[in-house]
Amino acid sequence: MNGQPLLEVSGLCVDYGVGPDAVHAVVGADLVLHGGEVLGLAGESGSGKSTLAYAITRLLRAPGMITGGSVSYHRNPGQTVDLLAADEGALRVLRWSQISVVMQSAMNALNPVLSIGSQLTDVLQAHRPEMGKAERRARAAELLAMVGIAADRLGSYQHELSGGMRQRVMIAMALALEPQVVIMDEPTTALDVVTQREILEELTALRERLGFAVLFITHDLSLLVEIADSIAVMYAGRLVERAGATALLRAPRHPYTLGLLSSFPALHGPRQHLTGIPGSPPDLRQLPAGCVFHPRCGYTMDRCRTQAPQLLPLPVKGSEEGTGRWAGGTGRPPEGGEPPRAAACWLQDAAVTAPPELSAPSLAGSQP
Amino acid sequence: MTQVQGIAQPPATSPPPLEARGLTKHFPVHGRAAGTRRTAGWLHRGNLRRPGADGGSGGTVVHAVENVSLTLAAARVTAVVGESGSGKSTLARLLARLLKPTSGTLLLDGSPVPAGGRGRRAYARQVQLVLQDPFSSLNPVHDVRYHLARPLQVHGLAEPGASIDETVTGLLERVSLTPADQFLRKYPHELSGGQRQRVAIARALAVQPRVLLADEPVSMLDVSIRLGILNLLGDLRERERLAILYITHDIASARYLADTIVVMYAGQVVESGPAETVTDRPEHPYTQLLLGAAPDPDRAGRPALGRRGAPPSLVTPPPGCRFHPRCPHAMAICADAAPPAFEVANGHQSACWLHAGELDAAQASPIAARQAGQAPAQPPGPGEGAP
Repeated sequence: MNGQPLLEVSGLCVDYGVGPDAVHAVVGADLVLHGGEVLGLAGESGSGKSTLAYAITRLLRAPGMITGGSVSYHRNPGQTVDLLAADEGALRVLRWSQISVVMQSAMNALNPVLSIGSQLTDVLQAHRPEMGKAERRARAAELLAMVGIAADRLGSYQHELSGGMRQRVMIAMALALEPQVVIMDEPTTALDVVTQREILEELTALRERLGFAVLFITHDLSLLVEIADSIAVMYAGRLVERAGATALLRAPRHPYTLGLLSSFPALHGPRQHLTGIPGSPPDLRQLPAGCVFHPRCGYTMDRCRTQAPQLLPLPVKGSEEGTGRWAGGTGRPPEGGEPPRAAACWLQDAAVTAPPELSAPSLAGSQP
Repeated sequence: MTQVQGIAQPPATSPPPLEARGLTKHFPVHGRAAGTRRTAGWLHRGNLRRPGADGGSGGTVVHAVENVSLTLAAARVTAVVGESGSGKSTLARLLARLLKPTSGTLLLDGSPVPAGGRGRRAYARQVQLVLQDPFSSLNPVHDVRYHLARPLQVHGLAEPGASIDETVTGLLERVSLTPADQFLRKYPHELSGGQRQRVAIARALAVQPRVLLADEPVSMLDVSIRLGILNLLGDLRERERLAILYITHDIASARYLADTIVVMYAGQVVESGPAETVTDRPEHPYTQLLLGAAPDPDRAGRPALGRRGAPPSLVTPPPGCRFHPRCPHAMAICADAAPPAFEVANGHQSACWLHAGELDAAQASPIAARQAGQAPAQPPGPGEGAP
């Protein structure tokens, strides 16, 4: 399964509310999650990243509504499930056993009146009816051990655990049925840096061992650059850039990504004055015309004010020119190639010469 | 590193606007053993599981802040960095006199501040606090003008009527909320997070304080607007020569903004010094752990975390150095005696026994090997040694 597309999202639109007052929270999102990959989804609050995750898993609650697009899950080669058309029964089979979610706040996601053990075994009881009680308990202990918690904690309640331990329990629970896809919605945001680092280390080790794919949602781009294979950046409900993690860090192609990257002060080197991004994220009810980022963008052209740019593939090493697809039609980059990248910005249009900090290194003639 | 030495020191003749000497805060754990568990959740989760261990509930206290001395100089930003539960917010509340210290003194312009409630208002004229969450620190039923006019009225700084409007407009301009008239009549729900935090800062500036205490002012804000607030604080330091205390858990932002960094662990200061020296050449093992765990896109390879673990209970803190159960360099002496602050370089202090020059073999025997099976690690980098 590794390297093959596992979850394909195309043109997904999500609205909150109906009619002319509807807020378009996600507009035309295209994403592909490959087997065994960590795909990072970065964006500020209100950019629609959590909404996108809930729409993919069909966990979206009213007034949220999926108004377009498709989400397909490739369970096995040749066996594709349309998640948006699936009924509750089909979803029930898929959820947790194939696709699981780690929610943002472990404090609210765990049940305060049930012990950790009973919440872990509940999952197994529902999805693995053939397991006996002792077997379930043994598996729950094994899961806890997997995330570094002693088995005698099975009888504990959530209030007896620290924030980091709660988050570990959530991860253990998500991995209980060995799913192919784990969606993590800000799993470490509420934690201290040391605990966050421990959990990320554990996650990386588990992923190497179990081979699941991760959709990792966070607002912390500096963290994503370290752990993700490829990164998608969202702004005001739209995907503005998609690229391999290193490529995104070294040569961002969208002004918003560039601004985000220069919003994180460095831990080394001389102290530099950073400007960040002027202004604040737009109100989704009153979006600016044209490119939604143009009021905050330092490179605005006339065209940006009237026409919205599309997310278009950019040429990278190893891809067929201009298509963003791999040469040879395989799902994996050829040896030495970069993951495909795309950006929604008029600066990347062929007719425009992009400023050097937003052009491809090879095109600008400079090497990082 | 060379730039650090270049930062101009304020003239030594004038006393710093605010100085804390040996501040200590112990929170009593109320109630009998049965009730203690209930209190535990909000005080420090998981720490009060065996209240009897400290000799009964009568004398049980949470050692939130222990013997912290700090100088806030004019036109300087001092950053306090630490994990949650390290006592940094308690320290801010002690400095704002919202809490009464168990012991220790505050010096405002070199003269001691009375211990009781006397002179609170005069003190608040000089020292103002900005809180973490601008969504709850502003009153939702009042508009921006009210928030900014109220401190002026309370402190008798403005005549009612037009002059208040003028002052309030000036305040909004100082925090770059322009055009100011558009913001006067807005309510908190009409503002974005960054704008709300700017209003909160403007409210603190209304009484023309000389010390600004900012308790995690950017951690609730979106990434793209954090820098705006940090730069605003930097501007206030330059333009108005404010003494600023910047409390944060993000050591990278402390390095960006601050002149001095103070690292706290379990209620104590473990390291302090010029910002770039502390982050580029950390001397205390805890600072090294913090820096190693911080996200860093430029880092090659995975960071080595060393000993894991969680911060200790503050009800029964470990004897000796409070960091020793997690420290990869722990020695016998670390479990016996709390290390004093050693001066490792000019203005750079680290409270760690590794800097003590003369330790006998028994004191220096590593205790790392007997825990967790970790090999005793190398002493941390160059630059340490006899004080």
